[in-house]
Amino acid sequence: MLSKRVVACLDVRDGHLAKSVKFVNTKNIGDPIEKAREYYLDGLDELVFYDITASSDKRNIMLDVVEAVASQVFIPLSVGGGIRSVADATDLRLAGAEKINVNSAAVARPDLIDECSNAVGDQNIVLSMDVQRVEKSAEQPSGYEIVINGGRTPTGRDALDWALEGEARGAGELVVNSIDADGTRDGYDIPLTAMIAEAVRIPVIASGGAGLPAHLHEVLTEGRADAALVASMVHYGDYQVSGLKQYLHEQGLKIRMSW
Amino acid sequence: MTLILDYDAGNLGSVKRACSEVGLQAEFSASPDAVARAERIIFPGVGAAGPAMQSLQQRGLGDALKTAIAKGTPVLGICLGMQVSLDYSEEGGTQTLGLIAGQVQRFKLNRPELKIPHMGWNEVVVKQSHPLLAGIEPGDEFYFVHGYYPKPTSDDHVLAVTDYEGAFACALGKDNYVGTQFHPEKSGRVGLRLIENFARWNGVWESPAHPNGVNNAE
Repeated sequence: MLSKRVVACLDVRDGHLAKSVKFVNTKNIGDPIEKAREYYLDGLDELVFYDITASSDKRNIMLDVVEAVASQVFIPLSVGGGIRSVADATDLRLAGAEKINVNSAAVARPDLIDECSNAVGDQNIVLSMDVQRVEKSAEQPSGYEIVINGGRTPTGRDALDWALEGEARGAGELVVNSIDADGTRDGYDIPLTAMIAEAVRIPVIASGGAGLPAHLHEVLTEGRADAALVASMVHYGDYQVSGLKQYLHEQGLKIRMSW
Repeated sequence: MTLILDYDAGNLGSVKRACSEVGLQAEFSASPDAVARAERIIFPGVGAAGPAMQSLQQRGLGDALKTAIAKGTPVLGICLGMQVSLDYSEEGGTQTLGLIAGQVQRFKLNRPELKIPHMGWNEVVVKQSHPLLAGIEPGDEFYFVHGYYPKPTSDDHVLAVTDYEGAFACALGKDNYVGTQFHPEKSGRVGLRLIENFARWNGVWESPAHPNGVNNAE
């Protein structure tokens, strides 16, 4: 049986580690390469780098960061942020990224998912979705809407519908990020995660809101997620990756405990 | 020199970086001559069986590999690189190299919560001791990403199994050939240990008579 995964997300801006609260007010909190190595040695199951660099002239810094991390961290490495083409995906793969996350550009042009999954394999394409809670309506029957551009722009697109389309187009995995919960440390959006995980046959990584070890347990059981993404709770030293895994293991979840 | 077989099968940098980490000097090549000269060969691969076989055959690498294996060169196949060592793959109905008797089959799972591909960390249970698996302890997990799994005809070639609604063979061995379904280059310390084991292996192994049957997933 597969183990539930603990995934750490490092938001990288201009080559530095940043962390956002509700996607604004990003703070610089250190060297991403050093953090990646630290988490790897502490038992992390997978690492996600999200490039939130605003200016395109600094984009190539990310390739250097990915390359440096890939030569020191021997677990799956997933990279996202600003990927608009197969060429972007291929560059990151060559730099050492295992998985490529597509997000806003795929909403604007869904064929990007098909193109990337054909080029680098379904299992390596992750559809990362930023989702906000809305009133249920004819346009958004699930009560959740896709937002893009780092959570700033609503699209009118229903989140569940988009998840299913992403799967059909060849995404191998979904990251479901609640922007309502992001940075709050009040827990994941459990109904959102469970709704999507039950509807698709690809793995779901829950994102946004982790603050306590119990939140991870909740989303990996009740929320039906395959993996729980953490950021603030480990970046600021409140919790260690190994401690989170030990807790989940003690709660009876199947967790990789030797590393 | 260790050769990493480069036949357009995807992202091979991670394999080379993992080799460097354990002190194994490795170089990429797609040349049959380099295969013939190599001290040992790593045969990685992601993607689909059909295009991979086509690419191998166009470059004359299928025959070169068979010749190298026949003369005793240690070879490690990883993921698709392992799968093409069997006779046939259901993926695209592809005839493969036939180094090990058996087939590669698509997972057919009954439990709806189990997803395809089988992606993530799972336990590797050693069935036969082999230098490749030295130091791998019960409970050690490796990283997998695959929708198809190998089903060798004989249990003598099954070194280790993993459970995904039933046990499937996740490591194969025959003489100087070994192959893993999981990705040692992405499996942390235990994966690096396996690559280090391969780097030190002289290619000698004989399957002891193997009493424990393997129930392949159906």
